[in-house]
Amino acid sequence: MFIVKNRNIFFTITALITLIALVSLFVFGLKPSLEFTGGTLVQVSYPTERPAPVVVAEALDAAGFEGYSLREANERDYILRAANLTEIQRASIAELLSGGDRYRGEITQLTEVGPTIGKELRNKAIISLVLVLICILLFIAFAFRHVSKPISSWIYGLIALITLLHDVIVPVGFFAFLGYLHGAQIDTLFVTAILTVLGFSIHDTIVVFDRVRENLRINHERNRKEDFAETAGRSLGQTFVRSINTSLTVLITLLILYFIGPASTRDFALTLLVGITAGTYSSIFLATPLLVAVERYVGKRK
Amino acid sequence: MLKRRIAALVVLLLGAAVGWYVYSSQMSGSRPFKLGLDLSGGTQLVYRADLSAIVGADVAESMSSLRDTIERRVNLFGVSEPIVQTQHAGTLAGQPEERLIVELPGVTDTQRAIELIGETPVLEFRLLKGDSPNVEISSSTVNTLFEPAAITGKDLKSAQLQFNQSIGGVPNEPVVVLNFNSEGARIFADLTKNNVNRYFGIFLDGVPISIPVIREAIPDGTAVISGGFLADEAKELARNLNFGALPVPIELISTQTVSATLGDEAVQRGIMAGLWGVIAVAVFMIAWYRLPGFLATLALALYCLVVLALFQLIPVTLTAAGIAAFILSIGMAVDANILIFERTREELAGGKTAAEAIKEGFHRAWPSIRDSNISSMITAVILFWFGTSLIKGFALVFGLGVLVSMLTAITVSRTFLLALGIDAKGGFSRFLFGSGTHT
Repeated sequence: MFIVKNRNIFFTITALITLIALVSLFVFGLKPSLEFTGGTLVQVSYPTERPAPVVVAEALDAAGFEGYSLREANERDYILRAANLTEIQRASIAELLSGGDRYRGEITQLTEVGPTIGKELRNKAIISLVLVLICILLFIAFAFRHVSKPISSWIYGLIALITLLHDVIVPVGFFAFLGYLHGAQIDTLFVTAILTVLGFSIHDTIVVFDRVRENLRINHERNRKEDFAETAGRSLGQTFVRSINTSLTVLITLLILYFIGPASTRDFALTLLVGITAGTYSSIFLATPLLVAVERYVGKRK
Repeated sequence: MLKRRIAALVVLLLGAAVGWYVYSSQMSGSRPFKLGLDLSGGTQLVYRADLSAIVGADVAESMSSLRDTIERRVNLFGVSEPIVQTQHAGTLAGQPEERLIVELPGVTDTQRAIELIGETPVLEFRLLKGDSPNVEISSSTVNTLFEPAAITGKDLKSAQLQFNQSIGGVPNEPVVVLNFNSEGARIFADLTKNNVNRYFGIFLDGVPISIPVIREAIPDGTAVISGGFLADEAKELARNLNFGALPVPIELISTQTVSATLGDEAVQRGIMAGLWGVIAVAVFMIAWYRLPGFLATLALALYCLVVLALFQLIPVTLTAAGIAAFILSIGMAVDANILIFERTREELAGGKTAAEAIKEGFHRAWPSIRDSNISSMITAVILFWFGTSLIKGFALVFGLGVLVSMLTAITVSRTFLLALGIDAKGGFSRFLFGSGTHT
């Protein structure tokens, strides 16, 4: 199988992609949304035209708003991000942003998150990420408990975990770049997208490994001697089309979700698009070649 | 063979029935889809309850009484289908916190919503620690000067305006008479019996309204607030207390408001994306897998109908994230079919007849389908636990989708495939069962 034979080339490509994603992550950083930090987000829509940013900013300054950010959104909207509102600010915000009779702006969305909720969500996000990784690792080790030759079942799990790391790093790095490009912020939906990528990508990896398992068993039953790299390559070849096709149908629906779906899930769809592409790539070009590389390494040491 | 065809017919009829059910219950409004606040428009308010004055075991009871009170209050203002629920936030929030979540569909004026709930007064009773009331009672000294009394606002049954005829005070002074419920009366009787000659403070929203001395045990469960009210003030206080005095103070910690227009747009876009999603996946499946692809499309249509019916029946509160999960699940639902068909194709290439290949395909693909769906379920369960209401919506739809798609993709498409009874080894059936890479 071409991919298994030339695995070093693909290892290099994978390493490069991962490196780029990591650099992007460290250079641009992730911007947590108010869901994690606490604060206020207000979206105002103006029916005919929106006032100049200065006008809105002046009104806000006069009302004692500090450290806020005002950004243009859609064609005639503003999005205001600020710290938690005082009672007086909350009472006057609709009036402040309306722009008076000339603009008649109306608040279409207002979200306020207190600091304790932000902290709770942040902790929950981290814990659920770790929990998903652990559960998946346990599950794979369990699913492959009967395969121990020529490499033991926990190595399947470990390799699956490495490919998962790759599948997380790539969309996270991409999102950091997106944050730099147009201020995309990570929120609970982003975490959801990442967890979904994990579930889906492991899906793909399991199918390939499952085929390796089956072919090993058949070889064993028929007393056929076959090089492990050969078996792994054959298994990959058999599941190749399937991997790409299942990802394709998901990618098709995600593209549709991105282009014509609700505005609030657009970044979500984009994260999933990148993550699932990365997941499909890694289950084909990383997981099985790694399995072969490990087998070679273990074999040499014996 | 006849049996198989009848089975396939039954499945088709069932599908049609489910479709009709979904359509008619949406149109007649008997069981319409339940939309979350981000789709229907409305306001969500999250409060933290200050339970520092409540002793251990009473926490749950205080919270449920708090919920009832706010619910009464919200209903009074004619909000349709409000949701008021309590939530215990564990150690993840840094410290345990009791919260109250109020969802008001249709209310898009955040300020009005806050006022609506904020007008509910907090009624508290406290005993003075020392002998005589200090003149300087401010909000900061309340807790050091007073200790909580065993009785709380939740024990209140009703309040009414009366005019004090009697001794001491101003003649005809308006007073508010509190009537406790039977349990409250018992607690109050004990309290007054054990604390004769102590000062008993009645606080409203943290402000002492009146601090009478307990002269004697009061067994009949009534207390009088005489705070030098004007008649109108007393009347309003009695009314507010009747509509519900809060057993504990609450503090607003989070709000979310989405306008109805923004929600409508999200729903429209969601429906369009769902429709196009199904169409695109169907085109792909038929183009690549031909006859089985067409059958998988039937299974997919059935999957959509069953899931939609479940949304109505359970009912699942749909959010934008939930719709995204549903659209995502359309792409993933055919996953099992692709696994089976790829396998079938392999078996065909190995020289088996179509019928054998189909059987073998289903049989061999099963372990993969099972394993990969388990991993998706793991994600769904953890997400459900992780979730804010938004994410819970996603997780529930995602999990449901995985389970239902396993059922439809396997049983339904098998029923159809077997019902066709193609057993020929001829070129045409091979073409029908072939796929894009082989002809």
